[in-house]
Amino acid sequence: MSAPHPLADLGQDYVERYGFHDPEQAVFKAPKGLSHEVVEMISRIKNEPEWMRAFRHKALDIFLAKPMPTWGNTEMLESINFDEITYYLRSTEKSGRSWDEVPENIKRTFDRLGIPEAERKFLAGVTAQYESEVVYHSVKEELTRQGVIFLDMDSGLREHPDIVKRFFGTVIPPADNKFAALNSAVWSGGSFIYVPPHTEVAIPLQAYFRINAENMGQFERTLIIADEGSKVHYIEGCTAPVYSSNSLHAAVVELVALKNARIRYTTIQNWSTNVYNLVTKRAVAHEGATVEWVDGNLGSRLTMKYPAVILKGERAHGEVLSIAFAGPGQHQDAGAKMIHLAPNTTSQITSKSISKDGGRATYRGLVKVRKGAKGCKTTVECDALLIGDNARTDTYPTMEVDEDEVRVEHEARVSKLGDEQLFYLRSRGLSEDAARLMIVNGFIEPFVKELPMEYAVELNRLIALEMEGSVG
Amino acid sequence: MSESQTPLFACSGVRVWVGEKEIVKGVDLAVPPGQVHAIMGPNGSGKSTLAAALMGHPAYTLEGRVFLDGEEITELSPDEKARKGLFLAFQYPVAVPGVTVASFLRAAVTAVRGREVSVRDFRKELLVRMEELEMDAAFASRYLNDGFSGGEKKRLEVLQLRMLQPRFALLDETDSGLDIDALKVVAGGINAAVADGTGVLLVTHYQRLLNYVRPDVVHVFMDGRIARSGGPELALELEARGYDWVAPAAPAGGA
Repeated sequence: MSAPHPLADLGQDYVERYGFHDPEQAVFKAPKGLSHEVVEMISRIKNEPEWMRAFRHKALDIFLAKPMPTWGNTEMLESINFDEITYYLRSTEKSGRSWDEVPENIKRTFDRLGIPEAERKFLAGVTAQYESEVVYHSVKEELTRQGVIFLDMDSGLREHPDIVKRFFGTVIPPADNKFAALNSAVWSGGSFIYVPPHTEVAIPLQAYFRINAENMGQFERTLIIADEGSKVHYIEGCTAPVYSSNSLHAAVVELVALKNARIRYTTIQNWSTNVYNLVTKRAVAHEGATVEWVDGNLGSRLTMKYPAVILKGERAHGEVLSIAFAGPGQHQDAGAKMIHLAPNTTSQITSKSISKDGGRATYRGLVKVRKGAKGCKTTVECDALLIGDNARTDTYPTMEVDEDEVRVEHEARVSKLGDEQLFYLRSRGLSEDAARLMIVNGFIEPFVKELPMEYAVELNRLIALEMEGSVG
Repeated sequence: MSESQTPLFACSGVRVWVGEKEIVKGVDLAVPPGQVHAIMGPNGSGKSTLAAALMGHPAYTLEGRVFLDGEEITELSPDEKARKGLFLAFQYPVAVPGVTVASFLRAAVTAVRGREVSVRDFRKELLVRMEELEMDAAFASRYLNDGFSGGEKKRLEVLQLRMLQPRFALLDETDSGLDIDALKVVAGGINAAVADGTGVLLVTHYQRLLNYVRPDVVHVFMDGRIARSGGPELALELEARGYDWVAPAAPAGGA
């Protein structure tokens, strides 16, 4: 914990170089576009330590220098206008949006999902706080008793600078990719969790409990550290559509599972369809540790997300279980990465995608086994379901195996929601829509059964809405 | 058609095409209430196509008229037909992974009966029916036809017949792939449905099932037409002599 961050002394001179102005000025909303001034302002408003300020500036340089990815949906990526984005909005500003500004279709979906009034306004960005304080309070007491730290990332940095400094940006360095660099420069909000050794957090931790609008931020930054022999399940997002007038969401999530620790990270994301959802998620699993990503992607215009586990210690285990639903005009480019660095590490990737009526789903995966990582086992299973005539699915499974004594299995299936299945169910009295829905729900069942009950129910309702009125 | 009694199920002038190809070339049938009819015919004669087309399979084009309880159902969708009380036991039931037998059946029962059945009542009913068919209770939590053996699939078709209690059931090769013990159980289920008032049209290649489910009328199906109709003794004759001696019917004129 004592080693200085390698980037700590970089970027000290930014104020001089870029002539940053009066720190007294009360600014809550950054001007549109990205510059060192904006980064400086964010860091100052947050009153951050010097190393974080330097980290941000350095990251911005990397972002500006890095070209856009030349793979994935480059056409959609190129259409992002970085100058039109507001990179920082204080939460008091966020609550300034009025309910009238929320689009009708989002309101309708809230109605049909039965989202409570207070929660709707929170989800739509109208209010900054979701009133779950009572629930949160009892959770917080229990966590405090166990020594578990569960804060938003900004508070984490303020209250536990040593732990944050030791791990922040170590799993995903800013130079990892252009959007990780962007996040590193302008991050705000997200969760910070530390679980002490041999501690099991009994209930799943949910961003909901944290009652902070910033957990829905565009550039959230999450860091979870599970110390030796501990166990934690974190749930991010919710099935209700998250309305964002800003079109870019570039989050970074870093997980560290120390020896024999266990982390499960569950995401259900349903961004409004104007959003580019470009997220970097990666975990390091030390000796005997297990990391599981359970990742559900609905909504958004383009999602590019490949949760990864670096299996660093012997007998570490990684799993990714994901579903993606791509409706008309949407592209879900999702997958997983498993990097086997140590012997006897195991991994499993199960990816399910649904493309409907012009939607496009891509599985993009990497399994890498380093020379000397003997006795590794890895299984990759991709399952794509096509609905309607113009739906599209692609699979790009990359395997880089430099060791002979390993077992690698890969299986990919594409099926079309078929006339025979539909006819069978309809001959039992189910309407065409009900039959379709039943087939789709069956398809995602292996994913849904891994979710806590209330999320499973919500997800099924949401899929029902997505499927409604679909024509074959 | 009998003048004194409306047939429970009837069709007239039924022709069925797959694309440009005519498979069923003019069929008239009338099954009075309480009767079991059997359609027997060699492979490829078009009898399974007839059954699927009567239920409304989207791959087939049907011409002619179909009646259930005197009401014309020709133009109805498969689910509308099912809700009116028509049922088709599939020769090759389709797998729907991830959907349990129990949840599928509950949805089907709710759709056909037009009202919610409480989980408790449904469960009770399902267990009774499964026991009748000598099915293990664990069967209900398996995924629909997913990895089922041929015999398990057929048993599940008959379980659906019992749960949905249709007015009229088309049973397509429900005997194929069954060993003798399973055949008896399946036949028992069909007979129980008949006793409860369901009319039945059995489509089969072999006479075997007819030893256990006694038909009132047997129709011999050749080259897309009913070539001959008779009593149960016709089935025995077919068993003994094969199909070759039955001459195909003359092309239906001006139907």
